[in-house]
Amino acid sequence: MEEIQGNSQIRLLTEDNLRLDGRKLDELRPIKLEVGVLSRADGSAYIEQGKSKILAAVYGPRELHPRHLAQPDEALLQCIYRMATFSVDERKSPAPSRRETELSKVITESLAPAVFLKYFPRASIDVYIQVIQADGGTRCSSITAASLALADAGIPLRDLVAACAAGKIDGKIALDLSDIEDKNGQADLPVAIMPRKKLTTLLQMDGFMTKEEFIEAYELAVKGCQKIYEMQREVLIQKYINIQDEVSEESSEQNRGG
Amino acid sequence: MALHFKNRQIVVPGDLLAEGAYKPGDGTFREGNRIYSSVVGLAEVKGKIVQVVAFEGAYTPKAGDVVIGKVVDVKMTSWRIDIKSPYQAIMHPVNVFERRLDPLKDDLRRYFDVGDTLVAKIMSFDRTRAPLLTTKERGLGKLQGGYLVKMLPTKIPRLIGRRGSMINMIKKETGCQIIIGQNGIVWVSGKSFEDEERVIKAIRQIEREAHTSGLTDRVRDLIHK
Repeated sequence: MEEIQGNSQIRLLTEDNLRLDGRKLDELRPIKLEVGVLSRADGSAYIEQGKSKILAAVYGPRELHPRHLAQPDEALLQCIYRMATFSVDERKSPAPSRRETELSKVITESLAPAVFLKYFPRASIDVYIQVIQADGGTRCSSITAASLALADAGIPLRDLVAACAAGKIDGKIALDLSDIEDKNGQADLPVAIMPRKKLTTLLQMDGFMTKEEFIEAYELAVKGCQKIYEMQREVLIQKYINIQDEVSEESSEQNRGG
Repeated sequence: MALHFKNRQIVVPGDLLAEGAYKPGDGTFREGNRIYSSVVGLAEVKGKIVQVVAFEGAYTPKAGDVVIGKVVDVKMTSWRIDIKSPYQAIMHPVNVFERRLDPLKDDLRRYFDVGDTLVAKIMSFDRTRAPLLTTKERGLGKLQGGYLVKMLPTKIPRLIGRRGSMINMIKKETGCQIIIGQNGIVWVSGKSFEDEERVIKAIRQIEREAHTSGLTDRVRDLIHK
């Protein structure tokens, strides 16, 4: 038991199971989503999840360079995950790290099942993810933002992809770990799902959990994903509702004036 | 058999649109006997066909479309033309001139050079090969002077309006010449800069408010402002 508890010197939970930031075990961090934040990109999205801040930009479908990477039957989806030098406590070297390359691959693979790549043979769809401030769970937030950016670019999708992590802190299963909980907890389990059919497109784990704890954490993460999915839908629709409202306000003002 | 949306409702990818004997149109896909939306847009039903008019998206070439493009490369016997789509277009001299061209004597650059802007028609395209262009019709060919305005190709139908109502109104009110490329590039040429600027402003408004009603009147007001 001592071993499973790990080397946690920091207490992450109070007596009544509240976390360091005052959240309950099954509570998400406050999330702010925005779409269409960049005018140069074909599609873009911004997410703030707790203290994490991430921008995602989509270009394409467009011609693929270098040409030899082109696939004759479908488009190539390329996600690039990068962290700003100032995104973490200690300055991150601006050179692409092993971790960034790995996360780029993982994010690409968790988004690819949702995209109709067959519609654009030989072309490429590029997703650039820039972490401006990192506070744990950035791979999940990145997937959430990237899927919004893809939808904003008008790329045909089978479904949105929503992602959220669960984990184990002080021996208890908790939703949406922050950086300090991730580093001092016993396990972290990032999950991405396509909510319509509840298909899992990302499932990773590090740390220690029993089979029962794993199932509990997975189910909790899926619940978190579904909450995030509702927010994604809302923000995509709201962008256009806002313009409609603005326009009808203007015209009613004019009617009053005339 | 059931519809799961109100007409012209805003939907997002993965939304269930219809069940049963409907047919999937643009912006939708079918799984089993259900039809889902694949893009963000306005859902519509036309007879048996359920479709979603997308708000955003890249231009997919279609045979018969008039497009505006830029020459990016000149080869021995063809031009390469960027038409702002995932696929670069090719134009051969047979589809430009009536006579045969001798590649040894004739230099293609004398007719269209890199950087020139063209209005052309798409002859054929099927996703396995690059789209082929022609300028062998009236009104097609090199463009000189004027402004090029880029807009979302998905909003071009709104710029044209029902049977050209919107674009004819803009032409009449501003006195500008306008050529619309289906690929989302619009060429504008007027007597004065102010006239052209009015058209550009109108295009920007149409692009932003394409999904709202009463747009033609608002654009007219904007032009007269």
